[in-house]
Amino acid sequence: MNDDKLIIGGHEFNSRFILGSGKYSLSLIESAVKDAGAEIITLAVRRANTKEQENILDFIPKGVTLLPNTSGARNAEEAVRIARLARELGCGDFVKIEIMRDSKYLLPDNEETIKATEILAKEGFVVMPYMYPDLNVARDLVNAGASAVMPLASPIGSNKGLATKDFIQILIDEIDLPIIVDAGIGRPSQACEAMEMGASAIMANTALATAGNLPVMAQAFRQAIEAGRKAYLAGLGRVLTRGASASDPLTGFLRS
Amino acid sequence: MVTINGESVDVAGKTIGDYLDTTNYDKRRIAVEKNGEIVPKALYDETLINDGDSIEVVSFVGGG
Repeated sequence: MNDDKLIIGGHEFNSRFILGSGKYSLSLIESAVKDAGAEIITLAVRRANTKEQENILDFIPKGVTLLPNTSGARNAEEAVRIARLARELGCGDFVKIEIMRDSKYLLPDNEETIKATEILAKEGFVVMPYMYPDLNVARDLVNAGASAVMPLASPIGSNKGLATKDFIQILIDEIDLPIIVDAGIGRPSQACEAMEMGASAIMANTALATAGNLPVMAQAFRQAIEAGRKAYLAGLGRVLTRGASASDPLTGFLRS
Repeated sequence: MVTINGESVDVAGKTIGDYLDTTNYDKRRIAVEKNGEIVPKALYDETLINDGDSIEVVSFVGGG
């Protein structure tokens, strides 16, 4: 299984755990990356602070791929602008498109996300759109040049798990790009379940940031994601619709 | 006046490079946009800031 790589936009990764870097101390980032075994970490772009002396880039271990998001964008135009600024910051061509016009539920605007994907893919970005799981939209994202599709499991930061499970399964079954479950995964068991379903990777942030012990939770997620991937590759055993099937021989009983 | 990151600043007539030299921004860690267009690092010293310009100076922060 050593040749089981995650391939995004022609780039190969061994880890299937994409780590967020929000809502926790910069000093924890290095150990989070290490404990998670992560090879990709997300970042946001914000107005620079002249007083801030510490920069997050100084805390991320070398060799980790940076995945800037376009959070804060309310439409395609703003997302494109943020993506270009992120690229100007000099950390590669990856971008996670995140477009929201709803500040209560933070749900992605699928239509604007398709538009931004098309523009940025043409500009040579490796585009990873965060989206509400809808097969038609996922197909449009493929046609627009996305390198992966990132459906939400439940609202951002909610830790509620796979609320959209059946619809993510449809994307996994029908879309040829990596399906990376993003947002709402709160427990390792939920990450494992998504991987058993055939998801290509898991993105998590709040689940770790709000855990009692972040590095240990990063390890737990890593193991759960690896276990789920192995289970998927192995092929899950079948489920009986009714009755039972003995695991023990049905002969040679010790009966008088 | 010039608007930089949403605040009015009196720097019209200076170059981007001149302005940045008066701040604590870490030039390796920022990107600059003037009136919606990115100003590449190599052009900081020759890009003049005009009255009424809107400038954004951004950097990476933690995010999901």
